[in-house]
Amino acid sequence: MSGLRILVPIKRVIDYAVKPRVNRAQTAVETAHVQHSMNPFDELSVEEAVRLRERTSEVTEILAFSAGPQKAQDILRTAMAMGADRSIHVVVEEKNALEPLGVAKLLKKVVEENKSNLVILGKQSIDDDAGQTGQMLAGLLNWSQATQASKVEVKGENVTVIREVDGGVETLKAKLPMIITTDLRLNEPRYASLPNIMKAKKKKLEKKTLADYGLDTETRLKTIKVTEPAARQGGVKVEDVDGMISKLKELGAL
Amino acid sequence: MFSVARQSALRQARTQLRFAQPTALLRHSALSRLLSTLAVLEQRDGKLNVSSLAAITAGTKLGGSITAFVAGSGVKTVADEAAKVKGIEKIIYVENGAYDKGLPENFAPLLVENIKKGGFTHILAGHSAFGKNLMPRVAALLDSQQISDITEIESEDTFVRPIYAGNAILTVQSSDGIKIITVRGTAFPSPEVEGGSATIEEGVDPKADSPTEWVSEDLAKSDRPDLGSADKVVSGGRGLKSKEEFDRLMPPLADALGAAIGASRAAVDSGFADNSLQVGQTGKNVAPQLYLCAGISGAIQHLAGMKDSKVIAAINKDPDAPIFQVADVGLVGDLFDKVPELTEKLKAQ
Repeated sequence: MSGLRILVPIKRVIDYAVKPRVNRAQTAVETAHVQHSMNPFDELSVEEAVRLRERTSEVTEILAFSAGPQKAQDILRTAMAMGADRSIHVVVEEKNALEPLGVAKLLKKVVEENKSNLVILGKQSIDDDAGQTGQMLAGLLNWSQATQASKVEVKGENVTVIREVDGGVETLKAKLPMIITTDLRLNEPRYASLPNIMKAKKKKLEKKTLADYGLDTETRLKTIKVTEPAARQGGVKVEDVDGMISKLKELGAL
Repeated sequence: MFSVARQSALRQARTQLRFAQPTALLRHSALSRLLSTLAVLEQRDGKLNVSSLAAITAGTKLGGSITAFVAGSGVKTVADEAAKVKGIEKIIYVENGAYDKGLPENFAPLLVENIKKGGFTHILAGHSAFGKNLMPRVAALLDSQQISDITEIESEDTFVRPIYAGNAILTVQSSDGIKIITVRGTAFPSPEVEGGSATIEEGVDPKADSPTEWVSEDLAKSDRPDLGSADKVVSGGRGLKSKEEFDRLMPPLADALGAAIGASRAAVDSGFADNSLQVGQTGKNVAPQLYLCAGISGAIQHLAGMKDSKVIAAINKDPDAPIFQVADVGLVGDLFDKVPELTEKLKAQ
């Protein structure tokens, strides 16, 4: 295999610092006029791809990809300002949003079309918290997978990944092609500098539609309702440690 | 003509049935015959991972038969142990060391073969590192849209799960023939581990190769209760200022309570505590009887992982910290004074 052709799928989500509100009709979370940004785990994916290029000279291409509304091109520009070479945007309106399985099927076609041999995805998106797409793509392609990666090393075709598991870490070895999903400890994403933001405007952003990929986009899950979580009872403040202990006893927690 | 006759015959039959017993019951029993659950259990070094039994509890709520699945080396003993768990009808085990580390590359085809052979309608596993890694791959191979981290079961096809870091609760209905589901352990209490008598059967082993090789692991050793299933959790945040202070203040408090230790992302990022202790949207979800935290402000990502705790107690020097909005008991004060004092007074009890 000649060099690394990295695909980085990214998603536009409500900014992590915003407290989401459920809409009045209880059909979804309110997204209009709400600050959006790149899914934080996807920033880690872009950063890792760029660092791989900085660490090795084996990276042939970094392709950023997003399937989402018009405005998803903003996050693709961000990815290119961070160091991605070009990007593909499949325009999908919010009301027709794909499920992880649909995204995985789409990504399989993108991988084949662009001859990617390493796909780096976030371990989950912070909106639907499903954590499925990377593993599904690995299954569809029958490739190796290393999820929740906190360290990645590539030497030729050999990839070593340290991944976060319950109670600690484990180390895996695999050969390209493979799928990696990122965990928070993997790296610290860079900020795009102004010159790089300007340069990113000249990089290629290709627009496509689902029809171009000939995909069946019927969803399997139907939203019945979206509600606010049960509010916790307002608690009390105590004056001192003794007050805390007696209150905890009263509540049956001690 | 014929169809009219058939309809009226049907109507008659229906009416008779309706008299015989309530419709809801009838529907339930009809479903139970069709519905069969496969619960994927976890094992480590030939020992059953008890927290994976939440899948059994969830299966019980679905109705229908429950078969448990376990694979690895020496799993016959795990199967014998699991056979005593209440609610399990049958246990399928596959004895093969290739499955010890739960690598999805060979574990997913193994599950798929056994799912197809058994004709299961619902596949359940815990939303643990193992379940999160494996189940979506299984779902893709079966062309099913997985439902992750459910907290409630409304019916055989309708499930409840938190989204947006627990800031919204989604109810979804699945149209997939085989439903692949991971369950939140804290939402489904472990079943009784005595009194059951499941039959044990060997499963099919497709012996798929894994292109991925497991090299090593480094697990934090701890005598304390497991964070995910502990009754009590004490948790520290950025307010502890350093790893030395974290290690000086938190373990004695945990010992005084018999609690597990957790941490906020800020504390983990600053290197005060190991990553595996992180509580929150991207760490562990806990729902203990008591969650006692010190020096944690209460960012939404942290609250996502602990706000289902029965009682939340917080010590923070900032009276306006968001943690006080969810805490049942709040103490405004310097944790460097209050935590040692609390530890001493708890020990004295």
